[in-house]
Amino acid sequence: MQLFQVHRAGSIADALKNGAIDSHDGTHTSVRFLAGGTTLVDLMKLDVETPQRVIDITRLPLDRIEDADDGGLKIGATARNADLARHPRVLRDYSVLSEALLAGASAQLRNMATTGGNLLQRTRCLYFRDTAMACNKRRPGSGCDAIGGYNRNLAILGTSEHCIATNPSDMNVALMALDAIIHVQGPTGRRSIPIADFFVLPGSTPERETVIQSGDLITYVTLPPPQKNARAIYLKLRDRASYEFALASAAVIMTRNGDTIDTVQIAMGGIGTRPWRSKAAEDKLKGQKPDAALFRTAAETFLDGAAPQSGNAFKVELAKRCLVHALTTTADMT
Amino acid sequence: MNYVDRANPILGSSVNRIDGPKKVSGRAVYTSDHDFPGLLYAVPVPSTVAGGTITSLDTSAAEAMTGVRAILHHGNIGKLYRVTDPARARVDEKRPPFADDEIRYYGQYVAAVVADTFEQATAAARAVKVTYAARSFNVSPSLESNELRVESQRGDVDGAFSDAPVKLDETYVTPAETHVAMELHATVAVHEGGAFTLYETTQAVVNHQHVAAEMLGEPKENVRVISRFLGSGFGSKLWPWPHCFIAAMAAKQLGRPVKLVLSRKMNFMAAGHRPLTQQRMRLAATTDGKLVSLSQDYLTHTSLLDDYKENCGEATPFMYSTPNLRVRSALVRRNVGTPTSMRGPGAIPGLFALESAMDELAIKLNMDPVQLRLQNEPKVDESTGLPFSSRHLTECLTEGAKRFGWNHRNAGIGAMTRDGMTLGWGVAGCSWIALRFPTEATVELRADGTVRAVCATQDIGTGTYTVIAQLISDVTGLPLDRIEVVLGDTDLPPGPISGGSATTASVINAMRQAVRQAMEAVLTLAAKAPNSPLLHRDPKSLAFVNGAIRAGADDTAPLPFQRVIEMAGGASVSGQGKSEGGFDDPLKKKYSLHSFGAHFAEVTWQPEIARLRVSRIVTVMDGGRVINQKTARNQIEGSLVMGVGMALFEETLYDQRNGAPINSNFADYVVATHADTPQMDVTFLDHPDLVFNEIGARGLGEIGLAGIAAAITGAIHHATGIRIRRLPARIEDLIST
Repeated sequence: MQLFQVHRAGSIADALKNGAIDSHDGTHTSVRFLAGGTTLVDLMKLDVETPQRVIDITRLPLDRIEDADDGGLKIGATARNADLARHPRVLRDYSVLSEALLAGASAQLRNMATTGGNLLQRTRCLYFRDTAMACNKRRPGSGCDAIGGYNRNLAILGTSEHCIATNPSDMNVALMALDAIIHVQGPTGRRSIPIADFFVLPGSTPERETVIQSGDLITYVTLPPPQKNARAIYLKLRDRASYEFALASAAVIMTRNGDTIDTVQIAMGGIGTRPWRSKAAEDKLKGQKPDAALFRTAAETFLDGAAPQSGNAFKVELAKRCLVHALTTTADMT
Repeated sequence: MNYVDRANPILGSSVNRIDGPKKVSGRAVYTSDHDFPGLLYAVPVPSTVAGGTITSLDTSAAEAMTGVRAILHHGNIGKLYRVTDPARARVDEKRPPFADDEIRYYGQYVAAVVADTFEQATAAARAVKVTYAARSFNVSPSLESNELRVESQRGDVDGAFSDAPVKLDETYVTPAETHVAMELHATVAVHEGGAFTLYETTQAVVNHQHVAAEMLGEPKENVRVISRFLGSGFGSKLWPWPHCFIAAMAAKQLGRPVKLVLSRKMNFMAAGHRPLTQQRMRLAATTDGKLVSLSQDYLTHTSLLDDYKENCGEATPFMYSTPNLRVRSALVRRNVGTPTSMRGPGAIPGLFALESAMDELAIKLNMDPVQLRLQNEPKVDESTGLPFSSRHLTECLTEGAKRFGWNHRNAGIGAMTRDGMTLGWGVAGCSWIALRFPTEATVELRADGTVRAVCATQDIGTGTYTVIAQLISDVTGLPLDRIEVVLGDTDLPPGPISGGSATTASVINAMRQAVRQAMEAVLTLAAKAPNSPLLHRDPKSLAFVNGAIRAGADDTAPLPFQRVIEMAGGASVSGQGKSEGGFDDPLKKKYSLHSFGAHFAEVTWQPEIARLRVSRIVTVMDGGRVINQKTARNQIEGSLVMGVGMALFEETLYDQRNGAPINSNFADYVVATHADTPQMDVTFLDHPDLVFNEIGARGLGEIGLAGIAAAITGAIHHATGIRIRRLPARIEDLIST
């Protein structure tokens, strides 16, 4: 861990003012906002994150979960994962989010981790977390030791020759399926970013994971009003029964119109460099009568373009089974 | 010395741990909890190559950092010596730290920073610049050797194999595994007045003292080793590791106490692991299932400098009856840290291979795998011709089959289902050596009415404090709250290592001898103390019953023992006990000493999501007489959960390009969690082994892990048709497209 200063922000304006002091130094943003610290502090101990200034935002009034004017839900950036997962409105209207949160991490971590922090959770790629190894995400231009190395838990979708790191979050997968909107305040003012535009592919700049700029503070996440009669599921597949990152996970939200599927939103985790959504797969399902062959076709479409690595070819089939099962379960419940 | 009240026998009952309240309230002081004024922190610098030579070690930037007191390395650590008496002082990694500038494995310590705080030392350790002339290295998991050496042989194994009608020839692989005890390895070294006090995470204070004395070049009396509580070790803390001596030398050089706690990542580097094993098993049988030939050729990896061998043939020669048998082995060198004992060393990988092969043979014979084992039960240990001191494997199998409901088994692949899931059932036998080590103990009866039992063994979390208190309670009739047990300190009479499942069996005779001697001394004192009402009585006519002295069976006013000590003006009366044992235990010349058991495992399989879980295990143990139902059950159940990890999750992977043990953290080195814990039904047959000690108890710390992985992979085969011969059984092995 390197020496750093801590500033406890007393207001959003104070956080923004202090967050804007330093700018991007080329490889690392030297300012970080600290909420639960479950990713940041961990990575600071490993010298992977080396901010010069840490701004504690836990005192800001951003921990509330409240009804939005349009019937949706407004979730504060520092609302804890544990509180969000058990919130009555989340349980009633957005169960897929609750299930995803509870499938992630451990009870202790969920008590600390926040909504905004989870959105910015860094990858669990071993080579990213070890400063002795080459990693373009950590040190641009140094190479990617994960390619050809231990990459069993890394991505098969959205990879590039520079980076194959998986977005490890469960929450993000549910938010992706729910079409969440991320609200940000920063040096350039306020922005509302649909989650589909929030995460960027690694390409040749894997150090950039989101459209967040230096000094930007996530303040809220809003969810659109729940769909009537929707059924949803979050299915997470992993080696052991709990406390492990997904090898493949699927969030499915479905409504029916008689015998056919009316609307469906699908996002998958554990397989992409960002939480993955496939409109093409959803289009295969809409207006169709649910059956096993249809679901398999949708899964094939979802995994279109999958590019497995030396150690994770099995994830292509695993992800397909995950999605088929999630669709089957959701359809049976409708 | 008779008519002891046995109405409530304390031996064999369910007794809570006497150290439990300390542990759950945070009052149990573990090694890294020790703090002293002026304490400094040491953090090692591990190498980032797996083979080569250090060409430069630039400490200038690190030395200039805040709080840094010293940076130790090859050039300045001072003189460390090699152990010359390995029988008394065992250390698996024999090279003293920083002994030369050669790098032989990734993570070998090349320097250590000592600073005022842990954070300063960590930051400075990262600022030490090391350059290497890298050399080629080998961490390949594929082992080869042309130098097999015979370990055990009888009959004509090759001839019998080639002539037999039913044969099996398969190779089984168990991966490198890392112990990952919850408590990290730690040393707190104090050097004062020319002598060392070393607070160590050790399973063997006495051995540690001998090793430290030899390596530091000190007389033994200048080294005191203390380990009061251990957050488990599983063998990784049996023998000292290089960091211990880095901390000791730093404390000596700087004249201040030094704490060194390994990181979880370093836990995978220079603190031991179970080595990779590759075992070719050839079994042959008659068509009616009589084993006629059993051959085991196994290879295990070891480090470049040390000859640690995973003794996979430990149980093979006596497990089943066969006229023709041969076990051969060879070591294969790899650029890895030195391997070491891990729970059930040798027998556990060995029994995975043997029990898997038996299961496969049963399928070839179209025979029930329980039946195959029952009908190959030996009458004596056929490798030596010696009788077993106590062997009830047959009863384990039949009782286990009954409790599991094995007779409801449909042997067809995938033929059994429940709640929409496919079920798989598997069985395996298991065995572990019965060991005991030389032990000395002192027991004091004190004027305050309490008893104090001391021995330089240690409680590594298995319940030794409690079991010793029970042994003392049984002899004296005193309640547990009047018995104090002090362990984990080399200032006490020398005791056994906490390894080989030997602690309980080792301390029984010495402790009971010591307490009896102390009781005799009190009786003698009762007949001698000037004010004693029993003055001039013949001590032989007196009895020590439930903490008081009776002059006869009808004595209605027995004299509390503390009154006698008080009347004599003493503080205490003590007795000493001493018992024999060791790897060359003379008893081994007369008996084959082993525990046995059987596991029955059920898995659930959901092919639609490639999800496999272990749902149920029935285990029956023949481990001699059980002293404490709770601690015994705890050992077996803990082993079973560890066995789920061995079967399905655990594997240390080496990056083939740089040699690093790469999955060196708890997210990537997957162990079983609470949610993976199956329903467990553990039964102890409780047949006392009175040949072994006067209580008839054998150890139970390791046997539960033996065989369980084979029972689980047998169940996987039953459910899926897929035979796992290389552990762990991963999703990718089970998913078929």
